[in-house]
Order: sequence, then C-alpha cells, then structure tokens
Amino acid sequence: MATEVLMPALSPTMEEGTLAKWLVKEGDEVASGDIIAEIETDKATMEFEAVDEGIIGKILVEEGTEGVKVNTPIAVLIEEGESADDIATPAATQPGADMPEAAEAPVETKVAAKPAAPVIPAEPEVPEGTEMRSTTVREALRDAMAEEMRADDTVFLMGEEVAEYQGAYKISQGLLDEFGAKRVIDTPITEHGFTGLATGAAMGGLKPIVEFMTFNFAMQAIDHIINTAAKTRYMSGGQMSCPIVFRGANGAAARVAAQHSQDYAAWYAQIPGLHVAMPYSAADAKGLLKTAIRDENPVVFLENELLYGQSFDVPVMDDYTVPFGKARIWREGTDVTIVSFGIGMKYALEAADALAEDGISAEVIDLRTLRPLDYDTVINSVMKTNRCITVEEGWPVASIGNHLSAQIMERAFDYLDAPVINLTGKDVPMPYAANLEKLALVTTKEVIDAAKAVTYR
Amino acid sequence: MAARKSAPKKPAKSNTSKEELLNHYREMLLIRRFEEKAGQLYGMGLIGGFCHLYIGQEAVVVGLEAAAKEGDKRLTSYRDHGHMLACGMDPKGVMAELTGREGGYSKGKGGSMHMFSTEKHFYGGHGIVGAQVPIGTGLAFADKYLDNGGVTFTYFGDGAANQGQVYESFNMASLWQLPVIYVVENNQYAMGTSLQRSSSTPDIYTRGEAFGIPGEAVDGMDVLAVKEAGLRATEHCRSGNGPYILEMKTYRYRGHSMSDPAKYRTREEVQKIREERDAIEHVRELILQGKHASEDELKSIDKEIKGIVNDAAEFSKNSPEPALEELWTDIYADDTRLGVHA
Ligand SMILES: Cc1ncc(C[n+]2csc(CCOP(=O)(O)OP(=O)(O)O)c2C)c(N)n1
Ligand SMILES: [Mg+2]
Repeated sequence: MATEVLMPALSPTMEEGTLAKWLVKEGDEVASGDIIAEIETDKATMEFEAVDEGIIGKILVEEGTEGVKVNTPIAVLIEEGESADDIATPAATQPGADMPEAAEAPVETKVAAKPAAPVIPAEPEVPEGTEMRSTTVREALRDAMAEEMRADDTVFLMGEEVAEYQGAYKISQGLLDEFGAKRVIDTPITEHGFTGLATGAAMGGLKPIVEFMTFNFAMQAIDHIINTAAKTRYMSGGQMSCPIVFRGANGAAARVAAQHSQDYAAWYAQIPGLHVAMPYSAADAKGLLKTAIRDENPVVFLENELLYGQSFDVPVMDDYTVPFGKARIWREGTDVTIVSFGIGMKYALEAADALAEDGISAEVIDLRTLRPLDYDTVINSVMKTNRCITVEEGWPVASIGNHLSAQIMERAFDYLDAPVINLTGKDVPMPYAANLEKLALVTTKEVIDAAKAVTYR
Repeated sequence: MAARKSAPKKPAKSNTSKEELLNHYREMLLIRRFEEKAGQLYGMGLIGGFCHLYIGQEAVVVGLEAAAKEGDKRLTSYRDHGHMLACGMDPKGVMAELTGREGGYSKGKGGSMHMFSTEKHFYGGHGIVGAQVPIGTGLAFADKYLDNGGVTFTYFGDGAANQGQVYESFNMASLWQLPVIYVVENNQYAMGTSLQRSSSTPDIYTRGEAFGIPGEAVDGMDVLAVKEAGLRATEHCRSGNGPYILEMKTYRYRGHSMSDPAKYRTREEVQKIREERDAIEHVRELILQGKHASEDELKSIDKEIKGIVNDAAEFSKNSPEPALEELWTDIYADDTRLGVHA
C-alpha cells in the first residue's frame, strides 16, 4: 500500500521548514533509517530518515521549497509491484486523514507565526534617522557578545555546547571561529563546577559570560550565583567585585514539561547584589546584554527560547546600549496600564491591540530589567490611567506583579480606581499534555479580560 | 578494590539457551521498533517537546534486566523509553505518555522524560543531567535500611558522569555500603560533546577507585556480556559489599534528541557501528548460527513486535487528552491546596 511521507516536525517549536535537498529520487529503494532528505528548521539543517521501507514512488514537494508546513505530504512511498502511476493523484488521503488527532496535534507554539511587528518607539539614546535593521533576538544576543568581546579581551564565553556546536540554541553561532577556543569554551556538564569557576575567574580579573543551556540547569549552580557572585562585594567590604553575566533561556518553551519550563524572574529579582535583565525585543536583547557585560556587578540575564527566532528592528549603531533600570513604554494609553517583561510582553501587546478595537486605550510598559526596577515609570503611568495589570509567566506566589502591586499601593493608593490584577502562570508545575500546558500558561485572553474588569467594561 | 576491564565476549557462550536468546532478541527489537515509531509520531506532531531515542543502546537495559530480580529498582535520565519497556512496563502506557494522553503512565502530565511505575519499581524519568544518581543512591539506602535484599540500577550517561553529585554519591554509597549499581551508559557523546572533549580521563569505570568501588568496562553492544556483568554486580551488592560500577560501552544511532542535526560526528562513524556492532544483529546471528530459529520464525517475531508497537501507537492516538481538572491534581497528597488559583 502506498504511504505518504509527511513533512516532519524536527524540533519542539517547528511549524514549517525548508525542504533543502532530496537525497533520493523517484524509483529509489529506501530502508528504514536511510537518510532521504535534508530539511532546514530555523535552527539547523536536519537529516530526515525514512521510517518505512519501500520505493520512492513520487516526490511531491521539490527541493528548495520554503515554508513547507509540518505534516504536508512530501513524497509517496510505494511497495514493490506498485506503480507510481497508481498514485498519480497524490495525497488521495488527506494529510492526517487516518489520524484525526493530527489536526489538533500540539505542534503550535505560543509565539504567533507572524508577530504583529510593533513599531518600537525610538529611544532617546538613538539619534533620529538612525537606520533600523530587522534582526532576530538570537542574532542580537550574538552580536552583543561579539562586539563586547572585540572591545575587551578579558570577556570570554563559557558553557555547554557553546563552542563547537555553536550553542544548543545557536546563540553563539560563529563566536568560536572569530575568537578561538581560549575565549569560547565548551564545558563538561557540571554547572555547579563551571559556575563557581567562572565566578572565581571574575574575582581574578576576567569578565566571564556563563551560558546556561537553560536556566533550569542553573539551579545546580544557584549557590554560586547567590552565595558567591551576588555577595562578594558586600562580604569584602567593597574591595572586590564580581563582574559576570549568567545568561540563557528561561521560562517555558513548548511541551518540555515540569523540569524544563520555569520562569526564574522573581527568584533572582529578590537577591540584593544581583542585577536582573529580561529583554523582550531584539534591540533590548542587544543593548541590555552589552550593558550587562560591562557591568561591574553580577548580572542574571534571562532570555526566552520562543523569542530567539523573532525579528525586531535594531538600530544600526557602533555601540548601542540600553541602560538598566529604565522601562520602555511600548504604547501610550489612557485607560489602563499593562506592565510586563520578557515573553509576557507578547500577551500584553496582543491584548492592547485587541483592547484598542474595543475602545480601551492601554499603556504598555516593558520593565526590561527587574533589578534595578523602574518604579517611577510604572507609578507615573498608574497615576495617569488609574488602573494596572501585571503580566508574567512565572508562578503567582511572591511574583514580580505582587511586588509591583505593593509599591503601587504604597505610592499611588489614592489614584487607583480598581484593584491591581496580577496575571501569572498557574500555581502548578508545568504539565506536558498539550491541552493542560495551554491552561497553565498566561494567555492574551486573560489579559484582555482583566483589562475589561478593571475598566468596568 | 581494583577496576577491571572485562574482555568483550562475542560470540556467545554455548550455555546460553535458545529461550534466552529469543527473549533477548524480542525485547531488544521491541525497544527499537517502539523508538522508531516514537520518532515517526514526533514527526507527525503527535509527540512534542524533547524526545530522546534509545536506538543503538538496547542491549544495555535488556542484559541488565535479565540479571535483575523481582523487587529490584531502576531509574535513569530522560532517555528512558528503553528502560521502561525492558522492566515490563506496558508499551501502550509509555506511548500514550509520549503523546500526552490520559492513558499514559503519568496521565499525560510527565511526557517522554518523566514517567514512573511503582508496580515495576521504575523511579523515573529525570530531566536534570546527573540528578538521578543520588536519588538511586537513596533508593539503595532505603533498601539497606529496610533490609529487603533489593538492588538499585542507577543509570546515567557519560556526560552525566562529570556532575559533582555523582562523586558525592559514590562516597556515601561506599561509606555506607549501599546496594547500588551505577550503570554508566557510555554512548560516547553528551549532546554534541564527545567523551574526549569533556573528560580528563577516558575510563569512567575507574572513577570509583578513589572511593573503593570496583568497576568494570563492558561491551554494551553484547547483551550476553552485559547480563554476565550484571550478575557479578548484583551478586556483589546482594552480598553486602556495597556499590559497583558498570561502564557500558555503547552508542546512540540517532541524534541526541529530535532536533539535533548531529554534525559532530560523521555518517560513516554511525554506519560503521550499525554494521559491525549492532546488538540486535549480533543476537540474530547467534540464533541463526545455533539453529535456534529459522529466518521465518524470526520474521514472525518481527511481525508480532510490529503488532505490539502499532497497537501502542493506536492506543496513544486514541486515548483522550487529560481532563482539564487534572491541571490541579497530583500536586499535594490531598490536593486540598492553599494555592492561588485552586
Ligand atoms: C543539569 C543539566 N545540564 C544540562 C542539561 C541539558 N542536557 C540534556 S541531556 C545532555 C547531555 C547528556 O549526555 P549524557 O549524560 O552522555 O547522556 P545521553 O544523552 O548520551 O544519554 C545535556 C547537556 C540538563 N538536562 N541538565
Ligand atoms: Mg552520552
């Protein structure tokens, strides 16, 4: 019986890909395990193996085709004796017809395929007329590291798979080539050890960037981040500093379950002695990371895997930095203030768009750094709109939103026309099941509903 | 105690029974076909997130399970499907967990990396590299405390072998003579990092020496050699001599996880091992050479296994997604929580 070969999903976040190359042609016999095609995802070119044996009866998608959706039939496999002509009308079976679940299969990611490219309000630091270049967050982070490494040869990068593999999420692409193995260092899987080592190196006069493959693994090393790096200056009476950046993917990705989907923003933001940055856009990723690398203090720099592939305009400047402790107002509004950071901004901005259609004008603030935190921008906005919602992916208890609510209550109590609502991830470990994972995360709809609630609509 | 390197023992000893060879063949084949099917379902979007296949390493778990006794415990990393099938967990329940459905071992909440079975004494399914090593040591601590004669098989990778908690565990296990077998599945790579690039010394089995733990290197592609080493190790543990280290020299054929383009090794390297050292082919040859079964009989086993795997896949597609209320359960013993959204 002829079977269709479907465009495979080759990573947790893949929705479509490029069929780069066919390694077989019509009429070729294939066995399970044979590599039949090369497929490009946003991260890598992957070899695609046959799972069944048979003969390639027909190739349905030509090589070089871009944007092939997962589960599209790309070829037909026939058995000996069958003819390709028998299946001249390809895809007689609908994709997924014999597997009704496929339609609702959990492949979609939480970042929309085409993000509503928001217009980034110009920063005061960016001269008018500066050229803007569309850049992914991934590239922006790499550019920031490369620029700082060029400028200061005590800056080095260390972590698992950062060098030869070019980064597990390809953030350090090209850095080994440019800077060599002395400065771009693959470590064994020993987070507690290399984090302590890098912290020591910072005390010894270097400026380490430690990449955690994800921040879930930084829990192995959190003792050195908190007990050593954050406290060295204090414990030495100000004699010694520990200029180090701890960076990597933070928060939920897609379907990676309880031990790999956690937002540590509120955890690290609690620690005196640390700076904590959590960018949303590519421009902020670049500007904040450059600032982090130059910082004389230890910085925890929280990235997001789902944002790595998103493009934003980044100013083309010799040295674009973003200061810590300064929020960015993404959108001015009069009816309600929505405060967020990191991937929470996606929900905040989507909600603001939807609210505008309903005649509710939302002011959207991206905190960008959680320590230092730009209280004034938030308070001033709340004094204007008289309502506030906070949005974050982390857990609700002792969240960033909780802290802001307390500050707003202390400093702007008389201005509030409604209670502040904190939207967060649900108070549960992250489930693997697709339907439950959706429920566990904060959603755009929750933000919209909360905005309507506080504006009494 | 000295570490030793046991010589690879192909071909099999003549005292291996027909029954045993056919069992090994069947169990290893089940794992391989199951994993191939899992890869396929992943490609179709029915399995999401991280999915680490065990293809190539089948002889390790099958050989060691043949050396285990009822009541022995086992636990491993996220590359766990093979371990679960080998200890007798139901392929349907495992596959349905991979698709995140109600019929899965963790009701769809755990996924590929996180499954458990009290009935089969399978203690996970751990996503943090190396974390299972002290946990396995703790299971052995409980066995010794309860004096139940049990042994714990604590599996971890060559990459995990560099985590500090491994050595903290070694020290305590030896100090307190705990009945734990540390099984290092040395498949030569930790993601894209080869052992040579991550370890100052190549022989992991010798790393217990400083703690007085005996170790051996074993041909992990030879299920009979694995079983024999397993029997030596369990005997050592059950006699009250404390921990034992088995370094299994093995190989993973697929990428680290589904999204690994595996550019750090050549296609020829993989192909060579598939052709020259494949564990299933090895047993197949022993069976045919010893005239324990004909090609046709083996074909019918293949068919039977294919049927089991297809049934598991069907089950995993048809089992419903967990009920939405499940979001709030299994967090506390009584689930009358004081949580914010309860
Ligand atoms: C503490 C920690 N660091 C990093 C990771 C990411 N990671 C997952 S698997 C892996 C490689 C492990 O290799 P090995 O121990 O050899 O096991 P194998 O995958 O080969 O079975 C890494 C680095 C993790 N899960 N946990
Ligand atoms: Mg390995």
